[in-house]
Amino acid sequence: MSSKLDSDLTWSDDEIMTITAAKILKNTDTCFVGIGIPSTAAILAKSMHAPNLFLIYESGTVNTNPQKLPLSIGDGELANEALTVVGMPEIFNYWLQSGRIDVGFLGAAQIDRYANINTTYIGQTYQAPKVRLPGAGGATEIAGACKEVIIIINQTKRAFVNQVDFVTSMGFGDGVGSREKYGLRGGGPSKVITNLGILEPDPKTLELTMTHLHPGVSKEQVIENTGWELKFSQSMKITEQPKPVELTKIRELIKTSDR
Amino acid sequence: MVKFADLSSAINEFVKDGETIAMEGFTHLIPFAAGHEIIRQKIKDLTAIRLTPDLIYDQMIGAGCIKKLIFSWGGNPGVGSLHRFRDAYQNSWPQKLEIEEHTHAGLTNKYVAGASGLPFTVMRGYRGSDLFDQTSGVVEINSPFSDEVLTAVSAINPDVTVLHAQQADKAGNVMLWGITGVAREAVFAAKKVLVTVEEVVEEFTPKFNSIIIPNIQIDVISLAPRGAWPSYASGYYERDNSAYIAWDKIAKERDTFLTWLDDVIHKESNAKGPKS
Repeated sequence: MSSKLDSDLTWSDDEIMTITAAKILKNTDTCFVGIGIPSTAAILAKSMHAPNLFLIYESGTVNTNPQKLPLSIGDGELANEALTVVGMPEIFNYWLQSGRIDVGFLGAAQIDRYANINTTYIGQTYQAPKVRLPGAGGATEIAGACKEVIIIINQTKRAFVNQVDFVTSMGFGDGVGSREKYGLRGGGPSKVITNLGILEPDPKTLELTMTHLHPGVSKEQVIENTGWELKFSQSMKITEQPKPVELTKIRELIKTSDR
Repeated sequence: MVKFADLSSAINEFVKDGETIAMEGFTHLIPFAAGHEIIRQKIKDLTAIRLTPDLIYDQMIGAGCIKKLIFSWGGNPGVGSLHRFRDAYQNSWPQKLEIEEHTHAGLTNKYVAGASGLPFTVMRGYRGSDLFDQTSGVVEINSPFSDEVLTAVSAINPDVTVLHAQQADKAGNVMLWGITGVAREAVFAAKKVLVTVEEVVEEFTPKFNSIIIPNIQIDVISLAPRGAWPSYASGYYERDNSAYIAWDKIAKERDTFLTWLDDVIHKESNAKGPKS
């Protein structure tokens, strides 16, 4: 889908998701990043309003400042541009587990109304899945330990399901009290950014609620693409439209990263 | 006492059917040359550990070397799926594949426990995830010093760890730099250690963020220039991303994979493994 608003300004789904995510990151944040849109968003934020954003990748690169988009989580670009490169016990135990990361960025194949996410398998059973996916990687403990988690995922009926086939990483479990029950010390998901808008957990029930629609997106469109009876915030907002300068930056970044 | 040997002899002597093997290297310094030699020598029934199976285990799974896979993220990084892994797990081709699945933090800590000579270590992890009930060697444990419930993960101690590094010196010490992942932990956890290197140098020149593995921790070193291709070796060559993309197509179907196995692995000029 490509949206068009105002004069000649158009953007793709990926572009508005990336720009929206980038704007949420603060200059003072310490951020644990994965490959793909999270990484692009973080690098974009650093090139705009958050030059001091402290980026950590699970491969061990600490305070890295990549000029190109990494091809993989352990790309040489991330190591070359890092303040330091450390082993994985330091990354997972000293940085993540101890609670030093402000923002964790995750993607997923499936998400449910309590922002539990699945990256393990789709359909049938764990032992005999219809489709086997890569699995947890760093996600389970990122979801557990970061002060907040931002999830980036395309909003479709296949992805936004009433119940995930497998909880790879816990969001809010089955509601209030679940994170406490499992001793998860991080704050859990704060925002889910999709191609259609933004969802946030309801402050009382923790159920994901649509709080923003991207420009040009209708409520009906969102309902059609969600596998549960979606609630809308009473103060629905329209996401800020991508600016020409932001679109130029993101396109340049992708172009210079072509390898 | 460390020794230098050609790769074929080193694999023949140090990697045996039915053993537990860890071939580490987190997207960087993946020991592909050693993996290909294991395929050539038709070593089988391995329990193979790696955080990210990557193409190297996809190839070894398709070639029938691996009976059980212990891992924490099984994709083709930046590209998509590992088709040979999926075919083995979902359809038992070329044979049944047993899996034991972890998280990166969990598997990392299992190496830490193994390296430290402990039966297990303690972490905050797995809880709230359905993986907790599907894996093994992961249990809840009450903290003896607070009111918290934590997670205990059992140690892993591979029979053999295989790494690729940039350099060895003449005395058989090994230096690697750039992203080192769990290299150090996999060495200290293992009973035997085999390292392939880009180069053997007279003397090390210190590098940014290098780690050195003393020769008393290593059994055998083999010279294998470009031995991490198509992954990369910082300071020597970059990741060949086109090969990662090409693998998606090769691995997708069994017949294209078997053609690759014949053409690239078994007919390669250095295919002279004792068993082949």
